[in-house]
Parts: sequence; structure tokens; C-alpha cells
Amino acid sequence: MRFIVTLSILFLAVSPAFAEEITLYSARMEQLITPVFDAYTKSSGVKIKFITDKEGPLLQRLISEGADSPADIFMAVDAGMLWKAAEEKLLKPVSSPILSANIPSHLRDPKDQWFGLSVRARTIVFNTQKVNPSELSTYEALGDAQFQKRLCLRTSKKIYNISLVAMMIADLGMEQTEQVVSSWIKNLAVDVFSDDTQVMKAVSQGICDVGIVNTYYYGRLMAKHPDYPLALFWPNQKDRGAHVNISGAGVTRHTKHTKAAIAFLEWLSSEKVQNLFAEVNFEYPVNPKVKPYAKVAKWGTFKQDMINVGNAGKLQIDAVKLMDRVGYK
Amino acid sequence: MIGKTISFLIASLVAAPILIILSSWRTPMDDVFLHLVTTGLSDVLRNTLWLVIGAAVGTTFLGVSLAMITTTFEFPGRSFFNWALVLPLAIPTYVLAFIAIALFDVTGPVHSQLRAWGFSGLPGMRSRFGIIFVMTMALYPYVYLLARNGFLSTSKRATEVAQSLGQTSASAFFKVILPMTQPMILSGLMLVVMETLADFGAVSIFNYDTLTTTLYKAWFSMFSLDSAAKFSSLLIVLVFLILWIEKKARQRKRYTSSEKQPHPNPRKILKGASRLCAVAYCFIILLIAFMLPILYLLSETFSTLKQDLDLRYFGFLGRSLALSAMAAILIVLSAWVIGLAGRRGQSLIVRLATLGYALPGTILAVGGIIMVTFLDHTLASLFHWDGLFLTGTLCAMMLGYAARFLTLAHNPIESALHRITPHIEEAARSLGLSSFNILKKIHFPLLKSGVMTGALLVFVDVMKEMPITLMTRPFGWDTLAVKIFQFTAEGEWDRAALPAITLVLFSLVPVILLASERSERRLRVGTPTAVIAASQATFAS
Repeated sequence: MRFIVTLSILFLAVSPAFAEEITLYSARMEQLITPVFDAYTKSSGVKIKFITDKEGPLLQRLISEGADSPADIFMAVDAGMLWKAAEEKLLKPVSSPILSANIPSHLRDPKDQWFGLSVRARTIVFNTQKVNPSELSTYEALGDAQFQKRLCLRTSKKIYNISLVAMMIADLGMEQTEQVVSSWIKNLAVDVFSDDTQVMKAVSQGICDVGIVNTYYYGRLMAKHPDYPLALFWPNQKDRGAHVNISGAGVTRHTKHTKAAIAFLEWLSSEKVQNLFAEVNFEYPVNPKVKPYAKVAKWGTFKQDMINVGNAGKLQIDAVKLMDRVGYK
Repeated sequence: MIGKTISFLIASLVAAPILIILSSWRTPMDDVFLHLVTTGLSDVLRNTLWLVIGAAVGTTFLGVSLAMITTTFEFPGRSFFNWALVLPLAIPTYVLAFIAIALFDVTGPVHSQLRAWGFSGLPGMRSRFGIIFVMTMALYPYVYLLARNGFLSTSKRATEVAQSLGQTSASAFFKVILPMTQPMILSGLMLVVMETLADFGAVSIFNYDTLTTTLYKAWFSMFSLDSAAKFSSLLIVLVFLILWIEKKARQRKRYTSSEKQPHPNPRKILKGASRLCAVAYCFIILLIAFMLPILYLLSETFSTLKQDLDLRYFGFLGRSLALSAMAAILIVLSAWVIGLAGRRGQSLIVRLATLGYALPGTILAVGGIIMVTFLDHTLASLFHWDGLFLTGTLCAMMLGYAARFLTLAHNPIESALHRITPHIEEAARSLGLSSFNILKKIHFPLLKSGVMTGALLVFVDVMKEMPITLMTRPFGWDTLAVKIFQFTAEGEWDRAALPAITLVLFSLVPVILLASERSERRLRVGTPTAVIAASQATFAS
């Protein structure tokens, strides 16, 4: 009996909370959030406990834990996943005038359950030695005959591409999107890659001439290899604008620290913190009053697609089905 | 009777995540499942089968041929290769996959150079052949290890008898020794098949669609855990089928040697061309599967060392080691209890409990979390507790590990237990040995080797394990595998090299121990002499 008791004590992690503490489940990886969390603890005294994993398992954990979940905040790197968390009733609507003022309405939930904290664009990257920017115009045009065997894409399994296609369905409708994606597949130079960096390497090595990547992967690669002949192009500037996605967060439905959680989100959206959050990862601030920091600003300004990013979640399953139908692996 | 109950309880606990998965068939198929079944499932099934068959053939060929060469022949470096060929086990399959793509795919240095020389348009690594090749290189040590141990324990006498009946030493090998070691080779092969089915990391990097990637897609991209569970149960059925075929292949033969002390066969010294071939073969395999990856990881680490190496690494390493050790102890204990109780035949629940190795870690983790939170909520309502006690502790983690890795401990312990026949026990009892002394003086020495093998295999696999650790770990319990994930999830493969090389280097210790297990030791215990000696010792004390 004593053995069992000792064993149980060994297994049970009992941690009394003395300082105020909030608990976070994050799909944004540890190396990107620790600097920010440390800064918050320094300025406010509130400690932040967190667990990182992909959004899917985190959502599952939240669902299983139910009302007893210790999580106060759910942080994700894709709008579709935030939408899903809200759908699963895992997030709580928050009324905060600060958050509403700091975050444009298309980058947060209309029902105030989740909020974008940084922006990334999924845009066209091209080989500067082989492509004249005048050849480029829209995402759709990448399916034109002139780009035959010149396009490289990342796998359809990655959430960023799923969200891109979902937003296209929202903007263009199912039929046209299906035609566009189908034409992309016909233009592929090689099989799709499993990550954006490989796509960019392929473009820079001349295996293909254009690709679609997230802006921060471009930033990181160019920081390591400034000599690569790559540049970004902002598509659809004459119509809806470039596709953007967010890294964002929401307060969990069953949190026991609502005020502290909201305070943290408000701090993250505030002017002086926005660039700290975005800077570690070549991202854009979500707060319109904040200027993007230098390394990112040099890519130029662009018009972003203003429809609510939550559509990426609403249409996610449709997007996956569409990509399956056209054979986009 | 108590033993059987405890064994049943443990087996049920371990099998619970799998049962939860199977219960997904109680709900009807949703549209996600129907969509996935109607679009491309035949491609997925074909891919999966090709991969499994390819890996099976590749690892059997490599493992058996290498084991044969290092046990039958003598050549320079033989004793080194004897254990070194197991080393690739320390490298996680997903790391090997990534290195293969980084070096040999179209954007890598090899292809760049080839294009500079005018050879463009050559096929890259991301193909069916490529992934089969990587799986084979990563997993052949399982077959090699077991085949080698099998060959070493076959006796000289068997070969001599065969030769006296007219066989040459070569045909004696193929007609006598190889068939006698068939069960060991088959069990190594089973491990390869199951690991291949469960793999998600390597096939994702190759963007190769298998049942497992479809499972993930159903769950994470299409939000249908139910469909994911249904696909997992298809995996379970597939594994059951394969295991049944394996059992049938084993059944008709007797493998016990009536040898009291089998002498190992003396090795034949190679000369000339065949000597060169043997050395070259072993060296090339070790180069591709181990040395090249290590060199690559080291070179990537140098560039990130300054930025990333800090005191926290002691913590990551410590936690990886601690979790592996805990899991090894728990799982070996469980396997032993289950094995003891199941000597007269495996119950269904035990067979189910060992299937976890074929299932991807994430789905087992979900099963584990569902179980643990259910227990938590039940206990909470029974005792009016507030909050969750078991969730977020190591309980769900250990349960996940047990569900996934039980088979690694169960197989060697079960085969070791088989050698303790009821006759030995009856003889011991008739000579007056108590149950405790039977355990201590007969079971323990005979089981030692099986227990060590099981413990080391579990240790190494838990070190490399990622999805269960990620999903079930308590706060602050980041391990080396978690660190690798955090970098690779962000596409920062260069920064992932540091935790990867640390993981590999520290996994080398148990892998080398594994490789040295039973390499040249003779079977002494388990003979009637030993039983008498043991009982005499008891009476004397």
C-alpha cells in the first residue's frame, strides 16, 4: 500500500501557485515565444507556464480536459485553427476595447473569441535572374501557359496552403478555385516539396522560376544566404490583395484567470510590444499603428486581402477536398 | 491466479488506448471518411504496401546477409562491425529521412553539382525507392541484431551433423542454420514492419502518402478524429493479418536445440577478393546508415552551436534520459508479469496490447489522454475532487509509451520465458526450491538477457519518441525530441541538428550495450545441472 502511495506521489506533479500565473497551450514554437514571455514576466510579474505542440493535438487535449483544463490561453499559427477552436467551444468571447482598437476586424474573430497578434503573407517568390516582375500579376496567373514547368509548390498537407486555398474559395468561389489550383498542378516543374525552404532553394537553383511561400521563411533564408537570387512579389494588388494569415490567440472557455489572460493579450497587441512579438520571426505587426520593423519593411508595402481570416477555418475541409480532387499532393 | 488477474489488468490498461481507437466503428462513417476512402485510398494502400514490402525485403536482405558475414567469416574489422552495424538504431528515422533529402534530393548539394556538370533532370530522393531505401537503412539493425544472435546460438554440432550427411558448409548454412534462426529473423522483421506502418515523420518529409499520413490528414486537416481512429483500426487489422501470417510460418517447426551447451561455429578466414568484398560491404552500409548522417549533423551543429547551446540542454538531456529509464523499467516489469501469466498461450487482450508498435504515436497519445482524463473525471466525481490529478502528470505519458512499446519488451522476455520449460520448474520444486528461489536462481539468470534486450530497446525508442512525448508531457518537461520538433516544425532543420546529435550520441550507449548483449556468451544455465546446483546451494545456506 505504501508502495502504491509513494508511486502515486512520484507521478503526481503538484505545483502550488504562489505568484500569479497563466497557462498557455501554444502551437507557436518555444524559441519564438520565450523572449516575449520573459519580457512580460519582467514587466508585470505574471509567470507564464506553457506547452507547445501542433494545433491538432493541443485542441484534442483541450477537448479531453474539458472544464478542468488548466489552460488559460490557446495560441496558434494559423487562423483556420483558431476558428476551429472557437467552433469546438474551446474559446471564450472577450470584450476588450483595447483589443478591438489594436487589431483590425478582418484579423480577429467577429465574435471576439480569437485575436491575430502578428501577420504573415503567403506570397509569390521568384528567381530574379529568370523572371521579370512584369511577368507576374496574380496567384491565378501562375496557372497560365507561360509558367508551364516553372512553378514549385509546397505540399497541400501544410495548413498554410490549405488556408490559402480556403481563402481563395471564399474570394473566388469553389469552381474557379478548383480551376486555378488544377492549373497550378499542371505547371509544376517537380513534385511538391514538404517545406517552403525547399521550394525557395529550388527557385534559387533554377529548378523552377516561381513559388508560393510564407514571407517569414523568405526572411530567414535570405538572412542566411543574402546572395540567393530571390525576391518577393505581391500578387492581386489590383484586386483583392495578397493572402495573409495570422499567428494569434484566444482565451480558453474554462480559464480560471480571465482577467490575467486578457491583460496578456492586450499587452501583446500594444504598440511597444508588437514588434518584439513579430521581430523574432520576420513577421508583420497586426496593430495598424505600428510600422513593420526594418528587415521586413524593406520588402515593400502591399495591399492585403481584407476578408476575415476566419474563413480559412470555415472552408478548410472544402479546401482539402478540393485539393484532393485535383490531385494536389 | 493473482498473477493472471494482474496480468489482465496491466494488459487491459495498455490495450485501452487501442480499444478506444477500435471503438470508433460504433459511430457511422462521416463524410470525411467517405471522402478519403473515395479519393486516392487505393494509391495510399498501394504506397503503404510497397513501403512495407520494400522495407521488409530490404532489411531482411541486409540484416541477414550482414549477420551471416559477421558470424561465419573472419576478416579485418569483423569484431568492430559485429557491434557497429547496430549503431544506426540510435538515429531516429525522421532524422535520417531529413538528411537523405537535404543531401540527395533535387535541391541538395549532390544534384547541384551534377547539374553543374550538365546532368539535369535526374530523379531526386522523393520517390518510392527513396523512402524504402531510408527505411531499410534506418531499420535493418533490428533484423541484423536478432539474426546475429540467432546465428551465434546455433551449434557447431548442427553444422557437423549436416556436413556428415553430405552438405557443404555453405548449404549447411542455408538448409540448417538459416531455417533454425527463422523465428528470430521473423521477430526482427515484425518490428521493422510495425515501425514502418507507424512512421509519420519520415514519410511526411518525403511527402509519401501512406495510411498513417491519411490518418493525420483526417484528424488535423479535416477535423475528424473519428475518421482518424477508423483508419488506425485499418492499420490494426493489417498488422493482425501480418502477425497471423508470421505465426503460421513459425508454427510447424521446432526450434529448441537439445544441446546442453551449444558450441558456436568456428569462423572461416577469408582471403583475397572475398575478404575485400566483406570489408567493403560492411563498411559501405555503416557509412551510409551511420557515419554520413553523423558527419552531416555535426557539420550543421557547428554553425548553430553558439546560438543554441546553453545550460538548458542539460535539462533536455536529463529529462530524455529520465523518461527513457522510467519507461524501460515500467514496461519491462509489465512485460514480465504479462509474460509469466501468459505462458500457456496469449490471451487476446495481451495480443492487442502488443499491437501499439504499429500505430502512430499521436493516435495512441490521444487514446491515452482520453483514458487518463476519463479516469480523472471519474475519480473526481467519486471523491468530489476539484480539478484534474492524473492528466498533465507522467501517467498519460507512461501509458502512451507502454501502449506503443510493450512489444519491444514483450518479445524478448516471452522467448526467454519459453526456455524455462515446466520440466525445469517441476524438477526444481521436487528438489525443494521455494518459489522465490526458483525466481531468483532459475528465472533471473535465464531472463537476464531477455530483460536487458527489452529494456535497452525500449530505452532507445523512448529517447527517439516524439508525438506521444509532445502531446502528453507535463509543463516544463521538454526533452531532446521535443526540441527537435520545435525546430523542424518551423522549418529550422539546421538548428535541429544540435538536439539531434545530442540524442544520437547519448542513445549510442544503450545501443552499444544492446549490440554487445549475448554476442559471444554461451548458454550455461537452464540445464539440469544448474537446477541441481541451485537447490544444493539453497540447502547449504
